[in-house]
Amino acid sequence: MVKMTGAKAIVEALKRQKVKHIFGIPGGATLDLYDVLYSSGLRIILARHEQGAAHMADGYARISGVPGVCTATSGPGGTNLVTGIATAYMDSSPIIALTGQVNSQAVNSSYVIGRDAFQEADIIGITTPITKHNFQVKKACDIPSVLKEAFYIASTGRPGPVVIDLPKNTQKESAEMDFSSPIKIRGYNPTYNPHPVQVRRAVELLCKAERPIMLAGGGVISSNASHEAVKLAESILMPVTTTLMGKGVIPENHSLALGLLGMHGSIEANKLIHEADVLLNVGARFSDRTTGTLDDFCPDAKIIHIDIDTAEIGKNFKVDLPIVADAKSALKEISKQVTQKMIRKETSVWFDRIQQFKEQYKDLLIKEGGLKPPKLMVELRKLVPNNTIVSTGVGQNQMWAALYFKAIEPRTFITSGGLGTMGFGLPAALGAKVARPDVPVINIDGDGSFRMTEQELATSLLEDIPVIVIILNNSMLGMVAQWQRLFYGRRYASSELKDSPDFVKLAEAYGVNGIRVGSVKEFIKAVKKGLSNDVTTVIDVPISPEEDVWPMVPAGAGLRDVIWTSKEKKRG
Amino acid sequence: MTNNQTYILSFIVENKPGVLYQISNMFRRRSFNIESLTVGPTENEDFARMTITVKGNENTIEQLTKQTNKLMDVIKVTILDKKNTVMREIALIKIFTADSKTRSEVIQYVDVFRGHIVDVSLDSLIVEMTGDSNKINAFIDLSRPFGIKELARTGITALTRGRRVIKK
Ligand SMILES: Cc1ncc(C[n+]2csc(CCOP(=O)(O)OP(=O)(O)O)c2C)c(N)n1
Ligand SMILES: [Mg+2]
Repeated sequence: MVKMTGAKAIVEALKRQKVKHIFGIPGGATLDLYDVLYSSGLRIILARHEQGAAHMADGYARISGVPGVCTATSGPGGTNLVTGIATAYMDSSPIIALTGQVNSQAVNSSYVIGRDAFQEADIIGITTPITKHNFQVKKACDIPSVLKEAFYIASTGRPGPVVIDLPKNTQKESAEMDFSSPIKIRGYNPTYNPHPVQVRRAVELLCKAERPIMLAGGGVISSNASHEAVKLAESILMPVTTTLMGKGVIPENHSLALGLLGMHGSIEANKLIHEADVLLNVGARFSDRTTGTLDDFCPDAKIIHIDIDTAEIGKNFKVDLPIVADAKSALKEISKQVTQKMIRKETSVWFDRIQQFKEQYKDLLIKEGGLKPPKLMVELRKLVPNNTIVSTGVGQNQMWAALYFKAIEPRTFITSGGLGTMGFGLPAALGAKVARPDVPVINIDGDGSFRMTEQELATSLLEDIPVIVIILNNSMLGMVAQWQRLFYGRRYASSELKDSPDFVKLAEAYGVNGIRVGSVKEFIKAVKKGLSNDVTTVIDVPISPEEDVWPMVPAGAGLRDVIWTSKEKKRG
Repeated sequence: MTNNQTYILSFIVENKPGVLYQISNMFRRRSFNIESLTVGPTENEDFARMTITVKGNENTIEQLTKQTNKLMDVIKVTILDKKNTVMREIALIKIFTADSKTRSEVIQYVDVFRGHIVDVSLDSLIVEMTGDSNKINAFIDLSRPFGIKELARTGITALTRGRRVIKK
């Protein structure tokens, strides 16, 4: 037991969790916390909007695998975090959000919680449906155990965001603090090891399968199980397709990599999954964007579903063989038994078919001439090392990056998959760069998305966090416009952004580099310049406002009905 | 699948503020409809028991159980087997009694149903009726012709019969 103020205890607890960075904006209800942070040795990174702070913590978490920490003051500070928290929640990313709160007990006859004091917002009520758990600290002496539990909850089982609401008086008060009390949460016991019977059944199915496919989701990345996934796939020549969140599980230049599945998935993946006789879903949740209409999803396949969250089993899709476990331990065990049971396949009819498909559609949509996003993504891949981290905005830019920038390593591609949050790209890139200062970080963004959190350029400059921002600038809310073009008779209701602002001047106004490119050659030159710059570089890439993202599975269609030109109405 | 089977769920939860909100919010967010809900402390003051009746089918109830089980403050969720469960509900019914004839008629019904008269005024009675929901519904139907002035029902609370207990 040691006596100290609540604010000191928060920082002490953060240090015990090995936290080194905290992203946020201070305010009245966090003055005490910030005062301690000021001389704590932790790096405090001042964001320019709390949404940015939350995305930074999220980007940091997705890259490092450990919780990212953000903070905001009470009221509007907390509510500004909400989009970032919801983004992390939908993508199962572990962040800890520390929010200030008005006094919980009257101090000098001031107002207390529940009486609509200045900057009071019910952040617990607001964040309950978008957090894995949240805490409101009632007494200063609870701070050590609350923080310990929060980090434990955020980072174990299916990871997710945790909010800790800190009334001002609990930061100010002194109390005897016990940092060694054990964690006890009676209602929380995540399962890690797979049930042996289920594993045996999965092994049998996989060994007998003639046309197996693995669908790898974000769960494989967050349990660091990419190696195990690829090993299993190789041993039975099982092709691997991924969700947006699973991008990077298998090197996308691997002969078994099918690319993305779903609405904007690859032709190969969308067509071949229909033929599968066994589908091994690891850590993906059968989301609507991934499966297309469920009536036509894998009609002939036995479905194995590995997930650490029981509630995901059978939520969207009925499966034949559920395995509730951590992806890594399940894949390890399955892999081990598969190798015992059968000799490693060197060839198969299925494998040949996969290769033939891959050959057939390879480069089909990568057109030369002009500034075409697919081509730019391919060029970008050639320019940057394999460990380069890419973040994205939301919309066409996101889909072009996901489809055409091949990820080679896990945890190198981060995007707002579940919530689809425009504005994620730049702050997430900054968080990623803080986690991995040694590798290049590139935000591939849209002109609309970028503007939602563009002010974090100031953070990037003043906190010395250099990244590259590539704006695929179609002067449009492009994805909205694409739907309007295809399904709403080209009526561009509120989707034209026009050429405003001038992104080069904007970058310069923030004190970072701005470059506009007019050809692929200039693009390559600009990226090279960006890689060698020690401040952030914004590359404005004007592209056609009429560009569509292909392939596409129209809403309500099955995956095999994927189309890849606007003329093609029927399946190809 | 049809959605109209009634399920009775027993939740053992941490006995602290905010838990009811978490659970009811989860029901709302995932579009499950609460038919009735009762809460109170258990034999151990650290825990509360919530008995919630919902309409649904096997799939929706399974989802509901799993989603609520994920909440940190929920220790255990059990779907009660109705055949093996004691279920009780209390209703307080204020019945209009225009004259002494109707009054004695009502009193007779109350006797048959083994209810209690807990309050009497010039032109009305309050009846306390305990039992399973069918019995209470039957009594309410019977009382309607007299005129029900006010009605309050607690919702079902329930325990599994015999030696079995829900482990915490
Ligand atoms: C915060 C937020 N608001 C609105 C949307 C809806 N939306 C999805 S894509 C899109 C257009 C994005 O425009 P831009 O960032 O320029 O990307 P583009 O599609 O043009 O590449 C919009 C408005 C969203 N996903 N997120
Ligand atoms: Mg755009």
